[in-house]
Amino acid sequence: MAETTMTAGSPLDARPDGLQGVVADWSSDQRAFKNVSWGKAMMWIFLLSDTFIFGCFLLSYMTARMSTRVPWPNASEVFALHIGGANVPLILIAIMTFVLISSSGTMAMAVMFGYRRDRRKTAALMLLTAVLGATFVGMQAFEWTKLISEGVRPWGNPWGAAQFGSSFFMITGFHGTHVTIGVIFLIIVARKVWRGDYDTGARGFFTSRRGNYESIEIMGLYWHFVDLVWVFIFAFFYLW
Amino acid sequence: MAEATAHGHAGHGVGDHHGAAAPVVHADAHQEHPIKLYLVVWGWLFILSAGSYFVDYVGLEGYLRWTLILLFMVLKAGLIVAVFMHMAWERLAIVYAILLPPVLVLVFVVMMALESDYTLWMRTTFFGALS
Repeated sequence: MAETTMTAGSPLDARPDGLQGVVADWSSDQRAFKNVSWGKAMMWIFLLSDTFIFGCFLLSYMTARMSTRVPWPNASEVFALHIGGANVPLILIAIMTFVLISSSGTMAMAVMFGYRRDRRKTAALMLLTAVLGATFVGMQAFEWTKLISEGVRPWGNPWGAAQFGSSFFMITGFHGTHVTIGVIFLIIVARKVWRGDYDTGARGFFTSRRGNYESIEIMGLYWHFVDLVWVFIFAFFYLW
Repeated sequence: MAEATAHGHAGHGVGDHHGAAAPVVHADAHQEHPIKLYLVVWGWLFILSAGSYFVDYVGLEGYLRWTLILLFMVLKAGLIVAVFMHMAWERLAIVYAILLPPVLVLVFVVMMALESDYTLWMRTTFFGALS
């Protein structure tokens, strides 16, 4: 069996903590991540690689913005909405931020209820997370539509540096794709929870392996990561 | 897969109908937290987001603006990773494996910042008109 299971006879208490623990855990001929399952470790490593992708996007945005002589469009005005006779700066982006943070909160609680084997609450919270995520994507679609109708293109815009459009569509588009994929997987996992697949040990449709309640936590890692990326996009692209 | 079920460690007993069947792995107890913790973190994320929106709303400029934006960003990211993603309760072996590599991106940031300055200098020097 290729899968390494943790034996009950290897209590973690006996292992050193702190820096000595890092060295001891990473030493050869053993499993490095003592109490992290492969599913969770691989999700973390995937998220690490995704971090580099988004990091490169934000870096190229920084490079474009720092090296152009043309003034950068003022995001505060570009993303303002006309509400009640006044321009409220950045309001849509602020609402999107709060929606995504709320979805992270519901996801964290779904993970908690999953470990308590409360199927009904877990599935409900995951579906609520998916609804909030879909709301976010909907508002992003609205934002794209508005900007495109105002003449923003990847190769130019009415207000300043041409790279504004390309950075905007690239970064928010890639992030929105991540949210969309997350919503789809949230619905799939919520359905499994609802049916009790993780209690009966039903085999998954894709890998034909038995799932367990840790899948919710792994799903949660992905979802929190999407929220995490938005924190950086919000700071660097919209507020800077 | 026995390692995922760290059940019945922190005495909650909600819907605990097969806790006895699952072998308890002691160090996996990080999954057991009171709901209050998540609500408090959620509240703080709201406050910090409102703070960063406030920075833009009142129109702060210059170093004060950038400092506040970065401060709120780092605090939010830290809360999400530490509590929501449970990093605070993992062993250091995985914490370092995941969190150290992104920090090295800062080296890349410095390189590209220098490069951008150079590009800007070239454009200013050799292309008088806006380019």
